[in-house]
Amino acid sequence: MININFLNPSKNNLRLNLIIGLSLVFLSLFDVFLYSFFDINIVSFLPYFISFSLPLILGMFGLSIIRISYSGIKKLDSLNKNINTNNFNAALTLLIIFSIIKILPPVMSWMIFDANISGDTKDACTGSGACWTYIKIWFKRFMYGMYPNEHIWRVNLAFIFLVVLAFVGFITPQKYKKYLSLYYIIIYPIIAYILIYYLISGGSLGLEWVETGAWGGLSLTFIVSFFSLIFCFPLGMALALGRRTDLPIIKYVSVGFIEFWRGVPLITVLFMSSVMFPMFLPQDFFMDKLVRVIIAISLFEAAYVAEVIRGGLQALPRGQYDASKSLGMGYWKMHIFVILPQALKLVIPGIANTFLALVKDTPLIFVVGLLEIIGMLQMAKTNPKWLGFAMEGYVFSAIVFFIICYAMSKYSYNLELKYKTDR
Amino acid sequence: MATRGIDFGYGFLTQESSFDVQFSLIEYSGSDSYARAYLVGLLNTLLVSILGIIFCTILGVIVGIARLSPNYLIRTTAAWYVEFFRNIPLLLQIFFWYYAALRALPLPQEADPMLGSFYLTIKGFYTPSLVWINLDIFIYSVIAAIVAIVFVRLYAKKLRENHGKHIPVLNISITILFILPLLTFFISGVSVTYELPVLKQLAKTSFIFEGGLSIPPELLSLVIALSLYTATFIAECVRAGIEGISKGQREAAASIGLNRKQILNLIIMPQALRIIIPPATNQYLNLTKNSSLAAAIAYPDLVLVFAGTALMQTGKAIEIVSITMLTYLTLSLLISLLMNWYNARIAIVEK
Repeated sequence: MININFLNPSKNNLRLNLIIGLSLVFLSLFDVFLYSFFDINIVSFLPYFISFSLPLILGMFGLSIIRISYSGIKKLDSLNKNINTNNFNAALTLLIIFSIIKILPPVMSWMIFDANISGDTKDACTGSGACWTYIKIWFKRFMYGMYPNEHIWRVNLAFIFLVVLAFVGFITPQKYKKYLSLYYIIIYPIIAYILIYYLISGGSLGLEWVETGAWGGLSLTFIVSFFSLIFCFPLGMALALGRRTDLPIIKYVSVGFIEFWRGVPLITVLFMSSVMFPMFLPQDFFMDKLVRVIIAISLFEAAYVAEVIRGGLQALPRGQYDASKSLGMGYWKMHIFVILPQALKLVIPGIANTFLALVKDTPLIFVVGLLEIIGMLQMAKTNPKWLGFAMEGYVFSAIVFFIICYAMSKYSYNLELKYKTDR
Repeated sequence: MATRGIDFGYGFLTQESSFDVQFSLIEYSGSDSYARAYLVGLLNTLLVSILGIIFCTILGVIVGIARLSPNYLIRTTAAWYVEFFRNIPLLLQIFFWYYAALRALPLPQEADPMLGSFYLTIKGFYTPSLVWINLDIFIYSVIAAIVAIVFVRLYAKKLRENHGKHIPVLNISITILFILPLLTFFISGVSVTYELPVLKQLAKTSFIFEGGLSIPPELLSLVIALSLYTATFIAECVRAGIEGISKGQREAAASIGLNRKQILNLIIMPQALRIIIPPATNQYLNLTKNSSLAAAIAYPDLVLVFAGTALMQTGKAIEIVSITMLTYLTLSLLISLLMNWYNARIAIVEK
């Protein structure tokens, strides 16, 4: 005689419990699936409230009668342990699965099945989904801004050079490895500057001059973040050291600098760089908008980098300082060879976060009239021929930024593992 | 500066501003002074920051705990939420909510009421507003209740330290907080009614809601974007804080006979808070500073009203930008002072 005690499932009726429980769960999922994909409600004969919450009730009941600990079936045990520990967890599990089933069809049909990518004008977009034609047509603008089309190869060439040169570190023979940091900190930025100055900006060597106001799109994001990154790091390091010296003037100047920049929002700093800064310059002295922006962002982020590095310096035990001093090292030697390498290793995640914040902050340069990718989106959105495609643009740039930032954070995580030493 | 014909001075603050602001917490019109325009902007900034801090804390704590859930699906969903919203620039998120998501809402005349009388439309969010009679007495009673709670807590602490007795402080506090203001309704003539938003036709095709409380879409999208973005960082702080408490603490607490609630309240949370507070403070500061992005969607905050419109009108770049920066600096320093004080209060006292 089979006797199922539903409230207290046990191993004795494992098979029956499993069959009834799983079929109830599948029934509930099937109901939601039918409703969201084909708009069929198989239990529409029931009152609204019951038919609405029926999948949840069925699913929870099903999950509760298969909650048998030590059943001997490996899959069931791991299922119970991971998503079905108690009624509350079971309900949350079901709700998450239901909402995925519910959200997936409209998102998929908007992004892929009902979307258009063919054609060159707005009229090509006939489907109810996204209009990727818009992204296709505007792609060059999103990448290069208002840079003249016939000169875009110059931007591409410069970036290809820069990427190739950045990979030098991976192929240098062991013998020259010790010069690598010198290369990356000093030589590489200079090469980058020369490349950007002669190739992208032009004006000499037979290349037409393109003013910085025409630069834009994702390439501008890269240029601004690249140079700000390069300048803010050494500056931040100097400020961090400055905050920890015993020399009072240097110390208080560093503290004041750091606290000031950390206390104001970037947008006001950019305002300052555009409206206030030129007033303090000599009358005939002109500084490009882009340069001003890069300086402003570097100073701003340097304060954050300084605080992160200070954290690393504070975490080092005093013994490290004493030991290097007892070896007869001076201040600079001690810091360059003993303290900083260890401190920087400790703060890799913090520095990566600051750099990520820097990349994510670059869109703010729109306040001074430089249009990188999000600025270009805002401009394209108001184009009378292409009205009404804001969503496509935002989704596209969100994906671009997500890829960049996610890759950076994963890379920093690898770096952290690589340099992790047990102490 | 003199060579450029710029005169320096703060006299303009008392002049008439002669511009209008879309959304203001205090009475303001174009005939008011620039100083009052500054106050309007500052209050709007504070409003966004406080709302953002409240919502991001609630969401962040929930997500942070969810990331430690034994349930695989909840853990993964929370992790993806954090990865996704953290890696997209805040500006893009604000634009997304303002220009794409909230623009897809219905027009006022087509909006369906939610829960009877809440309307979410393209022109903002309309809720019934409360109309108070004798509001001041009610507020005094709330203040009195808070003072009473402080005394109860002090008394309970004394009782605990001197006699080892526990009284249910939380329950007593909640009771006081509800009973005392409730009494004013019966005794001192406090009463409250509500005003519903009503659809009104302005022109043939133009409708608007009148009455009730209206929240403009700028504020709505700004608060949504700021809270969703900052909550990811708060969630990471909370997770790090709870993970930072060693398992031994929980086991030791259990072994001396504390129950689950006591373990969480007396052992885990006080220690976890110590790890959570400093980085969370930084995130609150970031949120306050990030609220300046409001200028991008024309929400009249300090940057837009003062460093934008007022600057354009007066041309006093140095004065206005310096006042704006000093304001943010003061706000930041105030929040960090407050948090440092709290941090020092809960810190471990060694020897």
